[in-house]
Amino acid sequence: METVELSEAQKKSRRGRNIALGVVLAGLVALFYVVTLIKFGGGTVH
Amino acid sequence: MALTNNREALGMERAPRLSEAYARDYFELLKPRVMSLVIFTAFVGLVLAPGQINPVIGFIAILCIAVGAGASGALNMWYDADIDAVMSRTSKRPIPAGKILPQEALAFGLTLSAFSVTILGLAVSWLAAGLLAFTIFFYVVIYTMWLKRSTPQNIVIGGAAGAFPPMIGWACVTGGVSIESIVLFLIIFLWTPAHFWALALFKMRDYGAVGVPMMPNVCGEATTKTQIVIYALLTALSGICPTLLGFASLGYGAFATAMGLGFLWYSLGVLRMPENDERMVPAKKLFAFSIAYLFAIFSALLVDHMIVRMWFGSGGVV
Repeated sequence: METVELSEAQKKSRRGRNIALGVVLAGLVALFYVVTLIKFGGGTVH
Repeated sequence: MALTNNREALGMERAPRLSEAYARDYFELLKPRVMSLVIFTAFVGLVLAPGQINPVIGFIAILCIAVGAGASGALNMWYDADIDAVMSRTSKRPIPAGKILPQEALAFGLTLSAFSVTILGLAVSWLAAGLLAFTIFFYVVIYTMWLKRSTPQNIVIGGAAGAFPPMIGWACVTGGVSIESIVLFLIIFLWTPAHFWALALFKMRDYGAVGVPMMPNVCGEATTKTQIVIYALLTALSGICPTLLGFASLGYGAFATAMGLGFLWYSLGVLRMPENDERMVPAKKLFAFSIAYLFAIFSALLVDHMIVRMWFGSGGVV
């Protein structure tokens, strides 16, 4: 089977993009969690 | 010479290739320097607005406005990649530099636009989200696709896109639009032509080479200089409106007057600049001062509001 061999530069940049995307996704999860707490958790804060 | 199709030069017609773009290249697509001004003016609009907003929601609002502005920057770079490749000021942007393909920038911009507008609507205010969506549409479709390459009034009308952020920040708190937020809009709207035409004067050859009809190329230096003075005067007047309308103090009014006179002074320097001046130092000085002016005016509004709130203790981010 023919496969694509990534160069070192391509591997390095892909790793950087993956990390950035992971951080953004984790940030989105945290953002929705916090917004939910603020919007619907008014009664539970006390 | 109008450049509208150098797709091959940008790698769009090549065989699929594996990306070597880093996350920072995508960040560059967001026009971070423009975004910083958007963040600041939106923040000022949000703080000045009467009413209360949860600080975390306020932070999310600013984040969404910033990402929305960044998304419109990415879409602008996608559409303008052909002329960016030719102009010295923009030739190192990620698409002309070959780091990111135009279609990647398009997908990136559209995704961020959708996310920023949706999250702003869900978390903060649907009116603010609507204004953000309109701002992105205005910047990308009205300014970038239509006005920029068709009329020397491009940045006068297109400047509205850059003027919306404080109005969006205001709407995040109040859920509406009022005369105060319109004044904040007007300050940036009237400031944009003098700011951009100062740049256009010393980058005239660049714009001429790619066929973008900026005011100096189409109407000449003399007309541009006169219009710069007119817009500088209008900007100076709009700068003192917050005091005249009663939502800023006399201290702010005095400061805005001094800054407005400075803006006018530098614009008169441009007016006195000889025709065909190669170095165009007065235009460069006006460009630098215009950035300082906007930053100073919005900083002064913020400080003024903080001082008043400390004394009278009402409204704002709590």
